[in-house]
Order: sequence, then structure tokens, then C-alpha cells
Amino acid sequence: MALEISFSDKTFTNTSHTLQEFSEISLELRRDVIKSLYLAKSGHSGGSLGMADIFAVLFFGGILRYNPANWQWEKRDKFVLSAGHIAPILYATLARAGFFPTKELATLRKLHSRLQGHPALDANLPGIETSAGSLGQGISIALGMAMTHKLIDRTDQLVFSVTGDGEIEEGSVWEAAMAAGNYNLSNLCWIVDNNDCQIDGRVHQVMSIYPIADKFKSFNFNVITIDGHNYNEILSAFNTFKENAKTSDKPTCIIAKTYMGKGISFMEDDYKWHGMPPNEEQARKAFNELEKMQQQIKSLNL
Amino acid sequence: MIDESKIKKIPTRMGFGEGVVVLGERNPNIIVLGGDITGSVMTSLFKEKFPDRFFSIGIAEQNATTIAVGMALSGKIPFFSSYSAFAAFRNADQLRISVAYNNANVKIGGGHSGITVGPDGATHQSLEEVAYLRTLPNMTLIVPSDYNETKKATIAAGEMNGPVFIRFGRSAVPSFTADNDKFEIGKANILKDGNDLAIIASGLTVWESLMAAQMLENNLGIKARVINLHTIKPIDQEVIVAAAKDCGAIVTAEEHQIHGGMGSAVAEVVVANYPVPMKFIGINDRFGLSGEPDELISYFGLDRNSIYNAALDILKRK
Ligand SMILES: Cc1ncc(C[n+]2csc(CCOP(=O)(O)OP(=O)(O)O)c2C)c(N)n1
Repeated sequence: MALEISFSDKTFTNTSHTLQEFSEISLELRRDVIKSLYLAKSGHSGGSLGMADIFAVLFFGGILRYNPANWQWEKRDKFVLSAGHIAPILYATLARAGFFPTKELATLRKLHSRLQGHPALDANLPGIETSAGSLGQGISIALGMAMTHKLIDRTDQLVFSVTGDGEIEEGSVWEAAMAAGNYNLSNLCWIVDNNDCQIDGRVHQVMSIYPIADKFKSFNFNVITIDGHNYNEILSAFNTFKENAKTSDKPTCIIAKTYMGKGISFMEDDYKWHGMPPNEEQARKAFNELEKMQQQIKSLNL
Repeated sequence: MIDESKIKKIPTRMGFGEGVVVLGERNPNIIVLGGDITGSVMTSLFKEKFPDRFFSIGIAEQNATTIAVGMALSGKIPFFSSYSAFAAFRNADQLRISVAYNNANVKIGGGHSGITVGPDGATHQSLEEVAYLRTLPNMTLIVPSDYNETKKATIAAGEMNGPVFIRFGRSAVPSFTADNDKFEIGKANILKDGNDLAIIASGLTVWESLMAAQMLENNLGIKARVINLHTIKPIDQEVIVAAAKDCGAIVTAEEHQIHGGMGSAVAEVVVANYPVPMKFIGINDRFGLSGEPDELISYFGLDRNSIYNAALDILKRK
């Protein structure tokens, strides 16, 4: 029987959630990622799945302030996806937050879709703050927003941005780090998705960017290293950043240790899944694994 | 008559990857620099064969381009390849000053070019690099049309002295040139003779132009001259001026912005030497979109039907 894909119209609130609820939210996001990439027949599974837990907390844990009903709300915090290729997790998250109908996730990467292969401002998808896809540029755009809010308009708006760990091999990224430290952009939260995977292999083999923490420290950042799949650690890092935004004069860098493809056994920690979609058989296997996990979460009663 | 069903489809990037390996076998000075997508642009073939002459630079196109210059100025022949969007633009300043101004013997492969990179969308669909690169003094710019030609172009690039940019694609395209067809940098190939109009193309639109010409002949008895302008710089003035004189009307076709592209380069030659009516097939001043390659080719009007219709239009102005 052909694999049938549909998207429930369930949405999640941006409030405090139990660990069990966060697990369920990220499971739903992972399911959306698999579904939309399976339908698209191309795209980036690995990084998207690996960031699901962080997206769940950032968007549904009362961290990022936004209003899907009036998404261009002037006082909103900003989220800039610098690693544009992991758009599928951003799209899934925005849909589940109510920015646009979840069924639109089925149009990923198709002609005339608002869900372009990489986020596109000119596609007019609610929640997309900038186009991205040329690595290393989004983080500087985030800086420009943070400078506007903190130094020009003097509002308390926060700016969050995600870069890959391969992405930070780009030189301009370090120009951004220098400027963030120089301008004391304490309202900037730079999340590095440290899965040690990029296209050609392990980051430490393709071009080592280690030690990451020391580099950011030397540019005047508060650096917090966390397990990017542990909801408590993710929450606490974001809360520390929010505190720092008020009291400190340093930007924050969260180095999130993650696994590429997290949640799907045959994709986990394998760089070959950087830019591959699941085929039908793999999608079935993935849904089974996610279903089993769902049962486990229920029985654990966290 | 060409029987399209007998034509195999092979990606041009395969020709690039294999060409660099052939060069590596012939010349120990050939070096390859990787930009994290060596599998995509197929320099991974060289990496496997000559690991000592391969260096991974990471996702750092500016650095890779200028490292290549340093190696070239030290006697090596470095190839750096990435997606065309990042191998022509992220490093644009480096290409201008360090590569072209130094006249350094650096070879750049711009892969996954044009809209046919497909679902990745506009950010990855480079449609402007011909316009930029052909303004750089000392630069040689080649846009080959199929697998065989890309391989020959790559080898020729490695065997000439001076900076070369080769633009190629991701998807499998008709492999219609033969192993023993002549390829010379700067010398356009006439693929089909005719005097009613000339169709000048480069890259994957060469095949579509051939098919359009076949349709014109079969349906209406119109004989179009089809010219494969694989080298955009230095441009083959002789073939272009002869086409203008003999045919009196020209259609150009390219997977690139119309503004400043191959068609503009042809127009510069035509207007200065023998003005005739021209029509330009290409992307008309807009960014690309996600979609499947074939879908995009017809949506953006780069297919044989668009070329066919342009030919009929231009004949009315002759
Ligand atoms: C400037 C630029 N160069 C190259 C690419 C091609 N590219 C897309 S994703 C990627 C690897 C990114 O690695 P990382 O940031 O670690 O992301 P992950 O593999 O973890 O998803 C590359 C090289 C690009 N998009 N932009």
C-alpha cells in the first residue's frame, strides 16, 4: 500500500511545558520534517531533525516572544535561521505555532510554494525574517537586527540565530563575532548547532573549527555549552541568556552538542544524511520509530 | 535528424570531475581544493585518486580562492570548485583582484549552476555569474553544453595558462557531442548549418536549440544555423559576425539572466560589426524558484518551444 501522508492541524502554545510535553512537541516536529522531506523528494533531513529539540523549546517554551495572529508585530523577538538549509524544521515549527496552515508543509520545495528550498523573504511566508541559503550571512543579519533594537531603537527585543558548525568555517562569521563583542550585543543569542557533521564528513576533519567555546569567549561572548537534546539544559541556557540580556554587556553563544538525524536510528550521527530525504521505505521506518518513542514517552509519564 | 530517444543523459559535473582526474594523471602540478561539496562537484574523484594533492579548505570560498592564487604563484595549477553561486560571488573580490589582476593560473569550477539545480531554490540558482565574470580582464569563461564537452573544457583549461572559470550543472542532460568532436577554447562549434536565422546557445540550452532547429525544419522548412558558443570569453567574433551576415537574424539562448549574459556578449559583437535583429532567451530580470529542473526550464521559457517561437518572431523582423 502506498504511503499516505497527511498533516494534523494540531498547534502548540508558547508557554511553559512539562518535559513530556516538550518530547511530544519535538516528536511532532520530527514527524513533520520526515513527511515534508519525503514528499519533496529532496532536502536536508539530518540538520533539521537534530535541531528539533531546540526549536521546540525556543518556540514553545515561552522563550521567543511572537504573535502568529499578527506576525509582524513590531515588538516581537527575532529568529534568524542562518543555516538556511535546515528550513524544514523552521517550517514545521512555524506551522505548529500557528503562523500558517500545517497542510502547507506538503508543498515544501515545489513550484510556487511559499516553502522554498531555502527560506525566501519574497515568498511571503509568515514568520520568515530573511532569506537564507548562502552560509554565514544570516548571523550578520541577526547582528544588524540586534544593533537596531539595542543601540538605535533601544527596545528590549531579543534576537536568536542558528548557525551550523560547518557554517562557522565561513570567514565573515568571525567578523560577526567580532562586531557582536565589540558592540556588547547582549540581546543576541547565537546558537551553534554542533553536530560535528557537514557535507564532506566530520567537521573536525573537513576543517577543524575547534575549540569553539574559546573562540567565542575571546570575542567577548558568554558561552554556554549544552546537550542540545536535553530540555532542561536547553531551557536553562535560554533563561541564562534572557537574564544576561538585562544584566550583562556580552552577547551569548549557546554551543549545542547535537546529533545529526537525532531521533531516527539509521540517520543518527551520520553526515550522509546532511542533504538527503527519506525514501518511502525509510520514511515508513522513521514513522515506526517515532511512534514507538511516542508510546514510550506516554508510559514514562515524566 | 537526431533521434532524441537514443541520446543518453549524463550530468556535466561528471565531465568536470573526470576531466580533473585526467589532468591529475598527466601533470603532477594539478592540485584540487575542496569546499565541502566535493561529492556534488565531483572533485571527490580526484581526492580518492590523489589524496596528497587534495586539500580540504572547508566552507570558506574566499580563502580557498586566494589560497589557490598563492599556489598558482608558486608554480602549481590549483582547481577550486563549489556551487557556482558561491564560487563566483562569495569570492567575487578575490576573483577580481587576486585571480584576474594577478593573471594567476587558477581554475574555478562553478557547479550546480542555473535554475536546474532545482528544488534548492533561488539562493542556489546562480543566474548572474556570466555577466560578472566576462567583465574581468584576463579571465577565460567556458559554459560547456554536455558531459563530453565539459570534460574536454576542463582538460583544456588545465592545459592553458591563466585564470579559467568553467560553469556546469547538477542535473543529467543529453550527452550529444561525440568523443572525437573538436573542442578548442575560444572557437565556437557550428552544430547545424542554415541561413534563415542563427540560434546561438551555451550550456544546456544548446540541446534545446538543436531540437528547436529540428522542429523549425520539419514543420516549416526553416533552416536555422545552430552555434554552440561554449566559450563566452574570449568570444568567437568570426563565427558570430558570419552568422549575422549569412542569416540576418539571431536568437540567443542561455540558462542565465538576459542582462549581461552570453546573449549580451553576442550583441556587443553584432552591434559593433554587423547589426541584425536579435532576440534573447534567458531569465528575464528575476530570481529563480524551487521546482524540478524540467518544470523550471519550461516555466522560465528556456525550452525548445520558447526558442522555436522566438525564431518565428525574429524572422518577421528580418
Ligand atoms: C556560502 C555557501 N557555501 C556552500 C554552501 C553549500 N552548503 C550548504 S549546507 C553546507 C554544509 C553546512 O554544514 P553545517 O553548517 O555543519 O550544517 P549541517 O551539516 O550540520 O546541517 C554547505 C557546504 C552554501 N549553502 N553556502
